[in-house]
Amino acid sequence: MIQFLSYLVNGISLGSVYAIIALGYSMVYGIAKMLNFAHGDVIMVGAFVSFSATQYWGMSPLVSVVVAVAVCTLLGILIERLAYKPLRSATSLAVLITAIGMSWLLQNLALLIWGANPKSFTSIVNLGSIVLFDGQLRITSEAIVTVLANIVIMLVLTQFTGKTKMGKAMRAVSEDRGAAELMGINVNATISMTFAIGSGLAAIAGVLLCSAYPVLMPTTGSMPGIKAFTAAVFGGIGSIPGALIGGLLLGIIEILGKAYVSTELGDALVFAVLIIVLLVKPTGLLGKKVHEKV
Amino acid sequence: MKKILAIALALAMMMTASFAMAEEAIKIGVIGPMTGPYAVYGLAVQYGAQIAAEEINAQGGIQLEILAADDQGDGELGVNAYNDLLDDGANIMLATVTSGSCLAVSDVAYEERVFMLTPSGSADAITVGKDNIYRVCFKDSAQGLASAQYIADHKLATKIGVIYNNALDYSIGIYNSFKTKAAELGLEIVAEAAFSDDTNADFSVQISKMQEAGAELVFLPIYYTPASLILSQSASAGYSPIFFGVDGMDGILTLEGFDKTLAEGVMLLTPFSADAEDELTRNFVATYQAKYGEIPNQFAADAYDGVYALKAAIELAGITADTAPEDACDPMIAAMQQIEVAGLTGTMRWDATGEVDKTPTAVVIKDGVYVGAK
Repeated sequence: MIQFLSYLVNGISLGSVYAIIALGYSMVYGIAKMLNFAHGDVIMVGAFVSFSATQYWGMSPLVSVVVAVAVCTLLGILIERLAYKPLRSATSLAVLITAIGMSWLLQNLALLIWGANPKSFTSIVNLGSIVLFDGQLRITSEAIVTVLANIVIMLVLTQFTGKTKMGKAMRAVSEDRGAAELMGINVNATISMTFAIGSGLAAIAGVLLCSAYPVLMPTTGSMPGIKAFTAAVFGGIGSIPGALIGGLLLGIIEILGKAYVSTELGDALVFAVLIIVLLVKPTGLLGKKVHEKV
Repeated sequence: MKKILAIALALAMMMTASFAMAEEAIKIGVIGPMTGPYAVYGLAVQYGAQIAAEEINAQGGIQLEILAADDQGDGELGVNAYNDLLDDGANIMLATVTSGSCLAVSDVAYEERVFMLTPSGSADAITVGKDNIYRVCFKDSAQGLASAQYIADHKLATKIGVIYNNALDYSIGIYNSFKTKAAELGLEIVAEAAFSDDTNADFSVQISKMQEAGAELVFLPIYYTPASLILSQSASAGYSPIFFGVDGMDGILTLEGFDKTLAEGVMLLTPFSADAEDELTRNFVATYQAKYGEIPNQFAADAYDGVYALKAAIELAGITADTAPEDACDPMIAAMQQIEVAGLTGTMRWDATGEVDKTPTAVVIKDGVYVGAK
């Protein structure tokens, strides 16, 4: 029983990392209606910036997170301006391919800047673990902080999109870009803002991902990025609470699958679940079905 | 005026051309992953080979030129890279870096009679039945056997757990030979857990399985990157068995940002350690760091030794830059079996199977440095 609880705790800590990445994915998709496959690589950049800030420039861990968020926000705006904006009216396939290209570009730039050798990331949380039941159950401080960060980010994002003027503009753009433009909303600025927020979140996700799993290399973001995408689809892409639930469930399924089925099949199970969910409920757990009026 | 200029230029070109002819270098083709997820190994080999070639060229005598080509660790790209290098005039191959690509390229090199020395391709099958394929590193099964033997001889533990990467020939090869030898020696493998690739970052389940089965020693036939995650996650799970690694574990202490206290007490069998005190290693590490800003790993050392081995064999076989690859092959095979090279990874000799004979040393990590284990 305690063994099961321990797997569950591990699943939640893994899932909370997926969730925090999925939040960014889902937000950008919900508003800009594009799959930003470079999201995972922005995460990697965020982690590298934080790593460089603490290791090379002697900054404290918390300051390094602020620097990482600032750099990634700028990077997000830059990517959007240079690569995605010129394709605003192109087919979604063209945008998708561009996003994949951007992902490769970021990985190879990181290879040039930081080199191919992996780095070991020093956890920015590092407060030790909570030990329960005579050491049979341990909860790491990284897991607790990641779960808390998820909840805070989710609340702030829902408040932001629900209450502020910018948030309203975002929802309008998400619903009907053409109509929003006619109503006097600056669509380009709104989408840029979405990318800025999404990329800033990616930096936080990167730091938390590498605090929990401390290996950092140019490809660090790609697999978690794909898993988080799965989590976002699972929870209903575009839905902010859906991303959180999808991420947590995905982490739990992966760990329990590894524990009770086979340590080698964890990833296969995760993607099998995705396929089943898409067959049964194509919009994901919390996704809304939008009827097109003709 | 124009004509005179043209003639002068042509003359200048002829002069430089003939000048270059006088000291034309023998071209050594290096193939490895220079980009992509395995870039760290390919670049290390390229850099290690480059340093050795520069040292040899500075001594006068035979001149070597390193031609590098990228295969991203992939067999098909490896064969393309191999053909490109031959087109560029490579005489001999120091290739390839990763086992998967090496299996593909060595087949072609065997067919076409091009002499090939792999610095780090460790799969057993690479050299089997191919008389012109040699290797600098240990083959996988040799490491598994040596590890099991060492654990049994030193009575380190009787209950053993293994975490291995079942997507990596290297890891599976070592694990299988370890398992067979362990059974012979009466070591009990109480738990085994695989993971599927290097991007897999969560090892909590694998560690729980070791812990539940009561493994006193965990054998890690994997590279140091996942090993560093296993060490850090074992620490947060409160599990501290003896961890025992192979040459892939080398590099863990130079992993930038790594908390070395996590590796306290880790044992490994390795032919190279960047912390060794001998002059050869110290010079190599200093040059490498000055040139490339990083501490060399065993791949760089294997490549460095490989170039010196090739140099010794080239001298003995009398190969020049004009010798075609297929004409160089048989003399090189004969020469390789006669040379002895004292390199970074030990004193090496080769037999007709292409396998190297050198001794792995067991080291234990104490206070963040390697200490020779008894």
